[in-house]
Amino acid sequence: MNQPATAPCLQHPQEELLRSDRIPHIWCSGCGIGTVFSCVLAAVRKTGLPLDDVAMVSGIGCTGRMAGYIKVDSYHTTHGRAIPFATGLKLARPQGAVLVASGDGDLIAIGGNHFIHAARRNIDMTVICVNNLNYGMTGGQQAPSTPFGAKTTTSPTGSPEEPFDFCQLATACGAVYVSRWTSIHIRRLTESLTKAILKPGFSFVEVLAACPTAFGRRNRMREALDMVKFFHERSVIKNNIDPREFPLDFKGPLVVGEFIDRERPTFTDSYALVHSSQLGEWPDLERQKPAAG
Amino acid sequence: MASKAVLTGTHFMNGDEACAEGALAAGCRFFGGYPITPATEVAERMSRRLPQLGGIYIQMEDEIASMASLLGASWGGQKAMTSTSGPGFSLMMENLGLGIITETPCVVCNVQRGGPSTGLPTLVGQADMMQARWGSHGHYEIIALCPSSPQEMFDFTIRAFNLSEQFRTPVLIMADEVVGHMNERVVIPAEDTIELVERKRPTCAPEAFLPFRPEADGVAPMACFGDGYRVHITGLTHAENGYPAMEAGAHERMLNALVNKIKMNRDTIISYDTEYLDDAEIVLVAYGISVRSARRAIRAGREQGLKLGLVKLNTVWPFPEEFIRDLAGRVRALVMPEINLGQMVLELERCAGGRCPVRLVGHAGGAIIRPAAILNVINDLVKEAV
Amino acid sequence: MKFWRTPLDAEKIHIRRGTVTIIEERCKGCEFCIEYCPRSVLAMSNAFNVKGYHFPVIEAAECCVSCHFCEALCPEFAIFVTEPPEEA
Repeated sequence: MNQPATAPCLQHPQEELLRSDRIPHIWCSGCGIGTVFSCVLAAVRKTGLPLDDVAMVSGIGCTGRMAGYIKVDSYHTTHGRAIPFATGLKLARPQGAVLVASGDGDLIAIGGNHFIHAARRNIDMTVICVNNLNYGMTGGQQAPSTPFGAKTTTSPTGSPEEPFDFCQLATACGAVYVSRWTSIHIRRLTESLTKAILKPGFSFVEVLAACPTAFGRRNRMREALDMVKFFHERSVIKNNIDPREFPLDFKGPLVVGEFIDRERPTFTDSYALVHSSQLGEWPDLERQKPAAG
Repeated sequence: MASKAVLTGTHFMNGDEACAEGALAAGCRFFGGYPITPATEVAERMSRRLPQLGGIYIQMEDEIASMASLLGASWGGQKAMTSTSGPGFSLMMENLGLGIITETPCVVCNVQRGGPSTGLPTLVGQADMMQARWGSHGHYEIIALCPSSPQEMFDFTIRAFNLSEQFRTPVLIMADEVVGHMNERVVIPAEDTIELVERKRPTCAPEAFLPFRPEADGVAPMACFGDGYRVHITGLTHAENGYPAMEAGAHERMLNALVNKIKMNRDTIISYDTEYLDDAEIVLVAYGISVRSARRAIRAGREQGLKLGLVKLNTVWPFPEEFIRDLAGRVRALVMPEINLGQMVLELERCAGGRCPVRLVGHAGGAIIRPAAILNVINDLVKEAV
Repeated sequence: MKFWRTPLDAEKIHIRRGTVTIIEERCKGCEFCIEYCPRSVLAMSNAFNVKGYHFPVIEAAECCVSCHFCEALCPEFAIFVTEPPEEA
């Protein structure tokens, strides 16, 4: 039965985590961020963490608005600075989970320096990068994710640059969990997010998402479904692979999956170790976790 | 065993180290920093002392990240600070603005050096004063304290934390290289004699809580991460419930609330000391290391029979406008020594409102102002008046 | 259900049924739910919501097997599925 707007729409299963008083949200019709956001909410619920112990930090850009719609302690920070803000938040209050949700431009362009360092330090946070291949909020400019030759408002005849492969970058910098999905792989994405949130250390989940209004329109995928179908038909799932062997290449199959799942002491573990008496003398020392107690 | 946070007793330390000890005594347990001469010693001391107190020292990748990490740590419930100098201070400006609009308590110590740009890394300057006031974009109020000795680096850092917690705002400590690097006696009092302020926390039910509705003192209670209020904090213009509000009316309400929070509490915030004002004809108004030059000039001048007085600005922003306006009507001239080519003197002149001549004793940077230079300006003034 | 022959365990297997609820005012007409419903339960209506978007309407309610894919995929939280209480 169709429900008129006035009827209480509180039964939607995601309502408890949603700031319903701010819905409908700002994202365009068919934008992938909405779906990713829905998966994030489902994953947060799946982790079973008390919601008072979950925080989301986001930066500037379309995905940056995600913090404004989730009903947890949420922080909408400055462009590119969600990760260092989250670093301070996590270290000041280690209990619970800190999620960083932002876009490709925010996390990897202006925020790139912070991204690589937080991964290197293995700060315990989950970074969710909704990659829509351009700067959507400002109307569709070229970003470090824009594929070579793709048209944007600032690369009208095609981007002259090769994009980063975010998963290779995260892996090279030390992230302990790295996965890539598209906004159509909603069940696997939700599972992957749940795992990433619960895994100690720097977890990175990249989600290729459709941006019909800005990117799709200029690259022959005007309708949201065009791009979602493109992802659906082109993607190939490969788990536990080294992302360097399967670089993201939009001509060929889009390799998605859970690439990296490894163990490394988190910054907090290492901080405790170096301030305990168990650390040996450089260079002959081990990185084992500090003995309990 | 007494807590190691407060090293009660008499010490001989430099200003940077005294600043760190002041922060620890104030309850600071997070330092996100980046090394820069002449502020590095603050970070070095904190990196050694904080772990002893269960605190966190983290070397961030740049000053932008340092400032962002402070704000995060503050919302994580900790008192947080960083120390920097000109170049880093410039990088921190955008996130200082985020701290202001989100009303986040934290402390930034700027140990000023010669500028602009790389300038004189190891030598003194006081030329970031207007940057301290207007460095971030947009209109806002700021609190900035100016220590003039290692002892005041300790005392003013505690005051900076108390003001930041009381008024939920970033507070700047505008020190300088000489105060930061000079070693002097620093007396640290007993822990129980140090009065500390903690930020107000909400007590109402989460559904009824408006995170940005100011109470009578202009300050809203602060619900940190994990307090159960699940508030949304944004750098966008926001309504009292914290949600973005993209229209002029909401901006008018929010910005006036932010500005009034400081303005209505000026009397609590503004602090200055006066010396020899009862019979002074020409008054030196000084801040930071220039206070020392001014004192030496006053002593020498009084020996020559000149009736000189001193106003020592402990807080530079907000500026003691009413006091200066009144003073300007009772003296023959105001003279401001500062290690720049005229910054706070502009504010001094504005507030004097033409009621008496105002002179700058400026210096480009790299050296403190010589008392003789001050006396030359005073003697010129005296000659003019005859 | 369209089968080319009746499955041997047709009586034993209980096929779940779901009731689809559409919150029209939240819909932005992206058609994901219509496209990806495995049972083609939904179709685009030509009515408009207050923002001027067409929204889906339930065309074959009895076909819904409560897989919740529309609910999980919807970017607007505008559709969800509830299972009717188990009959005796």
